[in-house]
Amino acid sequence: MIELKSLSKHFGKTVVLDGIDLTIKKGEIIVIIGPSGTGKSTLLRCVNFLEHPTAGEITVGDLTVDVNRASRADILSLRRRTAFVFQNYALFANKTALENVAERLVVVDKWPKEKAYQHAREVLERIGLADKADAYPASMSGGQQQRVGIGRAMATGADVILFDEPTSSLDPEWVEEVLGLMKKLASERQTMMVVTHEMSFARDVADRVIFIDGGKIVEQGPPSEIFSNPQDPRTQDFLKKILATNPV
Amino acid sequence: MDVLNVEYMLGLVPVLLGYLPFTLQLAGVAMVMALMLACVFAVVRVLGIPVFNQLTIVFISFFRGTPLLVQLFLFYYGLPQLFSVLTVIDGVTATIMGLTLHFSAYMAESIRAAIIGVDRSQTEAAVSIGMTNSQLMRRIILPQATRVALPTLMNYFIDMIKATSLAFTLGVTELMGATQKEAAGSFLYFEAFIVAAVMYWIVVEILSQLQKYLEIRLNKAYSR
Repeated sequence: MIELKSLSKHFGKTVVLDGIDLTIKKGEIIVIIGPSGTGKSTLLRCVNFLEHPTAGEITVGDLTVDVNRASRADILSLRRRTAFVFQNYALFANKTALENVAERLVVVDKWPKEKAYQHAREVLERIGLADKADAYPASMSGGQQQRVGIGRAMATGADVILFDEPTSSLDPEWVEEVLGLMKKLASERQTMMVVTHEMSFARDVADRVIFIDGGKIVEQGPPSEIFSNPQDPRTQDFLKKILATNPV
Repeated sequence: MDVLNVEYMLGLVPVLLGYLPFTLQLAGVAMVMALMLACVFAVVRVLGIPVFNQLTIVFISFFRGTPLLVQLFLFYYGLPQLFSVLTVIDGVTATIMGLTLHFSAYMAESIRAAIIGVDRSQTEAAVSIGMTNSQLMRRIILPQATRVALPTLMNYFIDMIKATSLAFTLGVTELMGATQKEAAGSFLYFEAFIVAAVMYWIVVEILSQLQKYLEIRLNKAYSR
């Protein structure tokens, strides 16, 4: 279970997140939508302290962290319970696909090397890239790189995987294979928080869609409600614009 | 113009070759120490560790801003005058100290630049999986920075090998010192120094080939 209590983030005088309250059940698929620059990515980045939140409380599993009293150890154990998938994949450029997936197991979770690599091979098989085990990121397509990025996130069975616009940097030809993998993960009830502009993914896969604007949760609910019957004028306006260019 | 005394030159080759390992040893030891020091300086500069950062800046400024020969004389002649315990510093020690500190200042800057050049996403990814700062440096940043820094570091190593010749001014008989002695005995200066020059040249050429090989190896991960 994940719980965020009045989570805020200020950059200087700019308020990017303005007291976010959110509870996510185990196995729930959350999709976060909203206009650019409204704090969607910042929200994800705050959950594992890629950005240090200004105020609030974060609970992941049995660990609760008051962001203003978070010790270095708190932050590390929070990061170990979460996994992050980046817009630009951010695979370790000096490591092969297999090493990218195994890195966290070996270095952070201190698994024996053999066991870690065995597990990493199984992950690569699950994402359909067993044949790319020894390939370096530079030699893979964007879609393959992002699938390895997701594999890296899957490897430790984190309590939640945070997806930050995972398909936004991809050439259109690779988008489907990445969304397909995410759908597979969703069907296995992996808890996920996904920031995306892929409205069809939100509609088909999400248990709950959250619309954020101005650093606040404006509206949330099952996709059927949000897409067919949005209540807030800002939600209506956003959906009208985005569905005009990306019909569901 | 007299004809070159080829026979003398050929005879000199084995004699001078005997001093080559010592020259390489001087450069090798100084290079290893300079590299370690430079990595520490670079990390201190990148992380901006207070006090150490400022000290490093002054250190680098001094050792880049003054001639190596002046630094060698300072270590060899200057320091013992100030601190009598330092009279134990012999020419070899002073040379290694001088080369180490001088080149670490240059190498620190190129390592720092290489570290800064590593894409920020690499740091974020490492941090996101719960790596500590030192794990991040050792496993992700430094290996990637090495590839970028390698050509300039090899350049400094080559420079360093040639700079060992300054040790002869401190009375150290390495390749240059030995050549000087041989030439003074035979008065065949041109012959003696051309043999020494060719030896330095061949060593540097071998290192350049090694550099090419290493670059290909380190680039393996980054080619399509």
